[in-house]
Amino acid sequence: MDFWNTLRLALRALARNKLRSSLTMLGIIIGVGAVIAVVSIGQGANELIQEGIQNMGTNVVYIAAGSRRPGGLHMGYGAVKTLTMDDLRAITREVPMIKEAAPGVTSRAQVVYQNQNWNTQVFGTTANYFPIRKWVVMAGTVFSDEEVEAAANVCVIGTTVSRYLFGEEDPIGKQIRIRNLPFRVIGLLESKGQSVMGTDQDDQIIAPYTTVQRKLAGVTWLQMILASAVSPDASIAAMQPITALLRERHRIRQGDEDDFFVRTQSEMADMAAQTQLVMTILLVSVASVSLLVGGIGIMNIMLVSVTERTREIGVRMAVGATETDVQLQFLVEAVTLSMMGGLVGIVVGIGLSFLISNLLTWPTVLSTQAIVLAAFFSVGVGVFFGFYPARKAAQLDPIEALRYE
Amino acid sequence: MGDQALPTMDTPHKQAQDECVIRLDGVHKYYHLGDFQVHALRGITLEVCAGEFVAVMGASGSGKSTLMNIIGCLDKPSRGSYFLDGVDVSQMEKTELARLRNRKLGFVFQQFNLLSRTSALENVELPTIYAGITPQERESRAKAALERVGLAQRAHHYPSQLSGGQQQRVAIARALVNRPAILLADEPTGNLDSRTSVEIMDIFQQLNTEEGLTVVIVTHEHDIAQYAKRALEFRDGKLRRDTVIKDRLFACDVLPTLPTLEDEDADDEMTAPPPEAD
Repeated sequence: MDFWNTLRLALRALARNKLRSSLTMLGIIIGVGAVIAVVSIGQGANELIQEGIQNMGTNVVYIAAGSRRPGGLHMGYGAVKTLTMDDLRAITREVPMIKEAAPGVTSRAQVVYQNQNWNTQVFGTTANYFPIRKWVVMAGTVFSDEEVEAAANVCVIGTTVSRYLFGEEDPIGKQIRIRNLPFRVIGLLESKGQSVMGTDQDDQIIAPYTTVQRKLAGVTWLQMILASAVSPDASIAAMQPITALLRERHRIRQGDEDDFFVRTQSEMADMAAQTQLVMTILLVSVASVSLLVGGIGIMNIMLVSVTERTREIGVRMAVGATETDVQLQFLVEAVTLSMMGGLVGIVVGIGLSFLISNLLTWPTVLSTQAIVLAAFFSVGVGVFFGFYPARKAAQLDPIEALRYE
Repeated sequence: MGDQALPTMDTPHKQAQDECVIRLDGVHKYYHLGDFQVHALRGITLEVCAGEFVAVMGASGSGKSTLMNIIGCLDKPSRGSYFLDGVDVSQMEKTELARLRNRKLGFVFQQFNLLSRTSALENVELPTIYAGITPQERESRAKAALERVGLAQRAHHYPSQLSGGQQQRVAIARALVNRPAILLADEPTGNLDSRTSVEIMDIFQQLNTEEGLTVVIVTHEHDIAQYAKRALEFRDGKLRRDTVIKDRLFACDVLPTLPTLEDEDADDEMTAPPPEAD
């Protein structure tokens, strides 16, 4: 029996039990649809994160005080006092891949303007921090080197802080009180929105690090150094010399832990992508379970169908159908079922990801790879789960089958 | 049985009138039912020549169904050999047997065994699908076969829209469509009323006489066997009597004497739930 005949036969057999066929297909539809939707959400999230990381400034080498060793006594971020301004100067001087660097020291503080108050992070740094992190000042200006030198009470505020303290009012030139010290607002940052980690990047005040160190945090060390390398590749190449330099400066003996850690933006991008991949794999495997269940559904229905059509199989065999003919007939039926389910599932998956991006405003990116994979997978499910029922049909004894009631 | 100077069938397996289409040689068949061994056939030796019309008779359990299954290439003898059309088929593979059933044998069953929700024409076409013929050829052959049994105008009816006699005629057309050497009918009239039974026998007699088709029917009704030329009686797995039918009936003579139903095609002869075959 030729292929077109077999296919025609399969379609007719499926059309005979429309409700049953559609319900059987539903398992595959949901499975394929879920896989495609989930992958598109994952891809969308990944692009968002990559964009966010780009937004934080490329070429950035991030040096933070503290150990990254898991377990043991973890000296967290900011609890280590060895990272200083001298380290920063040494890095810019001695590591050739580093173009410039900005210090970072933070303190949380209550901020008051007239009858409004807000608790936020005050980040102390130097003027070159803004270009390194790609912060743009929307209004006003950033502080000068002189103001840093003099530990002046000036600050640049994020849009969130501005909204809570000033509402619609123009914040530039206004006097606010940070932990009861008067500061003059000299600049307003352009909004960056949420960071990759989900924190509001606009909810902060940036002031000269000298001011934060002496007047707010009461420390002499730094919590971090943000260095800018000449290129993304250089940022990774710089990690090793920076580590060596700081170990030497901090007099860390061979074999002992670093009391700082160095990260690059591209490394973080990789890590984020990795995390995203793990998440996607996890979600896809959950969605695949539904494909598996769909496949079992197909097998179940095919077994029922073989039993129901025992007589038909007997007649076909009596008039000359070979085992191969019968096997092929039922296999093609199962594959047709799963393939049709797969095609509808692809449409549902695409529709679902459009709905998600339009209604929930989540970014989704359709993955051709996932669609092709899902299509192949649905055919595979049909072959795998259709094989046994088809085999059972083919191995029926024609005499028994003809007698079957 | 060279009493007929009629043309043989138009098939690639043209047979001389006196040549054996069926030859069984010491055929035994055992079945294992748990610990029991059923000896269904105990050494059957038998010849059926081209153009014969044989009625196989016997009570339930006499082995006649087993014999039919072996002749029909649905089963293999446990011992002995079976030559179909001169070829020893007793130890053939399943696939080869399927080909033989397709090309050389036509089956008619007691319960008609038409595929439901499939038109008469498509039911008749079924064997041609497995014969590897072009779709056009398939359709023209199926139409010709339906015409042969007088149902050309019912080609697009479903079995449920046909009477029992009509269904059996569709089944006969299906059996004829690949131009077989032998027509095997297992209790073909078992589910039909007496008039319809005679009509079916009429078709068999016509096919036998006009086209020289070898017909083997299994029946337990003596009056049906009277339409054949030769009767084989089985009991306990053995062939007990092999007789030429005396006072053979001819359906074309009997039919006018039977009370006519108002409309032969009326749906009043509904198919009764079929009794157990054999």
